[in-house]
Amino acid sequence: MMSVETEINFKLNGREVSLRVPATMKALAMLRDRLGLTGTKYACGEGECGACTINVDGKTVNSCLMYAVDCDGREVVTVEGLRTPEGLHPVQQAFVDHGAIQCGFCTPGMIMQAQHLLENNPTLTREEAKRGLEGNICRCTGYTKVLDAVEAVADKNGRCSHG
Amino acid sequence: MNAPQHASLIGQRIPKMDAPEKVAGKTRYIQDLNLPGQLYGLILRTERVHARIVSIDTSAAKALPGVRAVLTAADVPIHPIGVNKDNPPLKGDKVRCERDEVAAVAADSLEIAQAAIKLIKVEYEDLPPIFDPRDSIKDGAPVIHAAKPDNVAMAFDYAHGDVERGEAESDVVVEDEFTLHRVTHCCMGVSGVIADFEPVSGNLTLYSNTQVPFLHKREFAEVLGMDPSRIRIIQPPIGGGFGSKLDIYPFEPIAVYLAKATRRPVKLIFTREEEFIASPTRQPAIIRLRSGAKKDGTLTFRTVDVLLDNGGYTSWGATIPFVMMQTFSSLYRVPHCRYHTKAVYTNNPFAGSFRGYGNLQATFAIEQQMDKMADALGIEPYEFRLKNAQNAGEVTGQGMHFKTCGFQDCLETAAGRSGFVEKRKALGAAKGLSGVRRGVGMASMLHVGGGAKIYPSDGCGTILKLDDFGHVTIMTGASEIGQGSETVLAQLVCEELGVPMSAVTVVNNDTDITPWDVGVHASRTTFIAGNSAIGAARKAKDKILAAAATVSNMKAEEMDLKGGNIVRASDGEKVMPLAKMLRQLHFSDKAELVMTTNYYEPPSVHQDKGFKGDVSAAYAWATQVVEVEVDTDTGIVKLLKVWAAHDVGRVLNEMGIEGQIEGGIIMGQGYALCEDMPVVEGHLVNPAFRDYKLITAPEIPEMDISFIETMDGEGPQGAKGVGEAPSICMAAAVANAIENATGVRIASLPFTPERVYSALKGRPL
Repeated sequence: MMSVETEINFKLNGREVSLRVPATMKALAMLRDRLGLTGTKYACGEGECGACTINVDGKTVNSCLMYAVDCDGREVVTVEGLRTPEGLHPVQQAFVDHGAIQCGFCTPGMIMQAQHLLENNPTLTREEAKRGLEGNICRCTGYTKVLDAVEAVADKNGRCSHG
Repeated sequence: MNAPQHASLIGQRIPKMDAPEKVAGKTRYIQDLNLPGQLYGLILRTERVHARIVSIDTSAAKALPGVRAVLTAADVPIHPIGVNKDNPPLKGDKVRCERDEVAAVAADSLEIAQAAIKLIKVEYEDLPPIFDPRDSIKDGAPVIHAAKPDNVAMAFDYAHGDVERGEAESDVVVEDEFTLHRVTHCCMGVSGVIADFEPVSGNLTLYSNTQVPFLHKREFAEVLGMDPSRIRIIQPPIGGGFGSKLDIYPFEPIAVYLAKATRRPVKLIFTREEEFIASPTRQPAIIRLRSGAKKDGTLTFRTVDVLLDNGGYTSWGATIPFVMMQTFSSLYRVPHCRYHTKAVYTNNPFAGSFRGYGNLQATFAIEQQMDKMADALGIEPYEFRLKNAQNAGEVTGQGMHFKTCGFQDCLETAAGRSGFVEKRKALGAAKGLSGVRRGVGMASMLHVGGGAKIYPSDGCGTILKLDDFGHVTIMTGASEIGQGSETVLAQLVCEELGVPMSAVTVVNNDTDITPWDVGVHASRTTFIAGNSAIGAARKAKDKILAAAATVSNMKAEEMDLKGGNIVRASDGEKVMPLAKMLRQLHFSDKAELVMTTNYYEPPSVHQDKGFKGDVSAAYAWATQVVEVEVDTDTGIVKLLKVWAAHDVGRVLNEMGIEGQIEGGIIMGQGYALCEDMPVVEGHLVNPAFRDYKLITAPEIPEMDISFIETMDGEGPQGAKGVGEAPSICMAAAVANAIENATGVRIASLPFTPERVYSALKGRPL
């Protein structure tokens, strides 16, 4: 069951990393089992729930579907990389302040997707946020407070009050 | 200069204490924990649904390098688990449903364990199966458990009044049959356990997601033949509960067997597919309901006959009749009631407890029939409900005493805010079977809101300590499963001790440290653990103020704790810093630390043999109105808006309680519209999120939530439990709204486009 290992080099949360990974390994397993970054979650393993969402070269990806070798040469950001030296990223802080978290298991993926949406559309509407978060399942919150948090960031970004 | 005013924390929007770690990805769930030297456990499941095990050959698996143990029933003590003790963790003689565990492997890696599982050969002899619970109770049906030759896992009979007399007094009698489907919890964090058995000391540490650590500890000791004091249960943060973790399940003892056999820690984590196949479900039910009323709209009687599909084994699902009967007997004033339920074995997946505990099923039946009866009587359904709604002070036929009751307020608020009566009339006048139609529907519910005295004790313990700097540590038996209990407990203690939230740590996840609690279930934690924590805090406060009286010129009762200080109660003037008083106590000649304990047992009673008695210290009420759009060409039902009015006693944390209600409404929406686990000949058809449809963000309705604050006298700061309430009404309300839109009433769930379209075309599924 040994598979061929390949050396890959990529930027992870702002730092260069280099490691050998099996050709069959998924990016999710690499992050969690090889690099100890357990913030990214396994919840379905087939790209249906968004709990494993990471950012690769500015786009969000289900890391349970992406092969680890495909990280080679890319820039990867996980939930652990969002935090700034000053504290939580504004999207993380908004999730705290607006009650967007209950069990918290979907939260890292939800935040990665929300951050991506806001980066590309800083003043997005609630409807746009709903569409953009369609791939992220939350069983606890009913999404309302997640959308409230995203909207709060959009408002801070200068969205006009009518959204 | 005026003394500073310290605002109460009660009712505030206080973020969850665990939120900053959760958003940073730092929270370590069971999936994220690894112990040194740990092995990976994996279970071989049968895939047969009813078969005799002829032989199991594990020799090839055992020979695989990296495999440390392969176990079958022959290797472990036979000690069945579960509510009826009918479920051996590893099956030796026969298998009874698709999920059944026939062998288990511990290996150096998950990959090796997966390879080993494939090398185990099992020979079976198939037995005749039962898939329809109605077939289970037919004469000559195959027997699933030899100990229960009639296939009845549990049966319940309840009655009050004289149903025959009630029927004789009725002007209108309505009878219906409702069919409820199978759904499951879909916790985002899959099931898992790490068993760490220390062979020298004989100590077992279990890292577990259980919602009932103290009951679990006791049951583990029984199953494993161990001294309970050698078992320690640590709960890492839990990725969703919703009732799924109330029982012990085979994978947990199996992990311990593997750890004992290998003398190494064993981690066993499900895949999502396994989570679907091998987790408990909500109990599917067939409900026959017959009710009567007088011309003036007074309810006269109800008779209820419920058949529950228990599946292959008995978990808590078989006991949901306890809760269902409360709704049938006591949601409305009904003078005569008779209720009969059987939970019967089939070769389907087995059912456990799930948020609402049978009340979604019961409410679906009763609240649709209330609409039908109102129509038959020519009374507006809202008025019909109001006429029969319970009031504060009533004691029901089942012995439930409603000391506070916001039911009528809930009805009036939900109806008023939604314009229900006018809307229902206008939309009903335009109802039809073509194009896109709109409708509104209403449903109400009653649920325990002050614990439920099912076990010998319904209590919770708290240990509270203050350090030399005024920092408070609350050690509570109550588990945090995401619902926010630790934050609410901290708020309640802060309110008593006059310290900020930042001065509190909550320890709630280690049976070696925390005092006993019966578990997170029955919407009880805020009420029971909250009262327990308040009691511990008041004892600490008494001690501190008594000490302060000896060093000031005031009596203890003239002082209070506010803003981290001891203050004069009358005007808030600072007497001395709290921390200074604590240090004085600690370092005085008669040195003392402020540490208190408290055990709160609610003033509820056990039901008698006839299921009568005031089982909860308080009761929660709600009315929800929904507006839907039905596309008659496709059968698609769109939920547009929900007006929810909940008697919550009192709001303790506004953001937290909104989160519970919003999340519960959406879970109820999923139950009503899209979630479904079709099981064909015992096999689950859709064990994946791809095919098991959960509500996603674009589908959520607009929500208008109202809190009815009845200030319960026994509740912590007046609050009642609310965790389960919000999901209970949704399916019934949607059913009534579909009828309002189309004139077609659908008595089975879920309202998928296929089912709705077929019903609208007169060919119900």
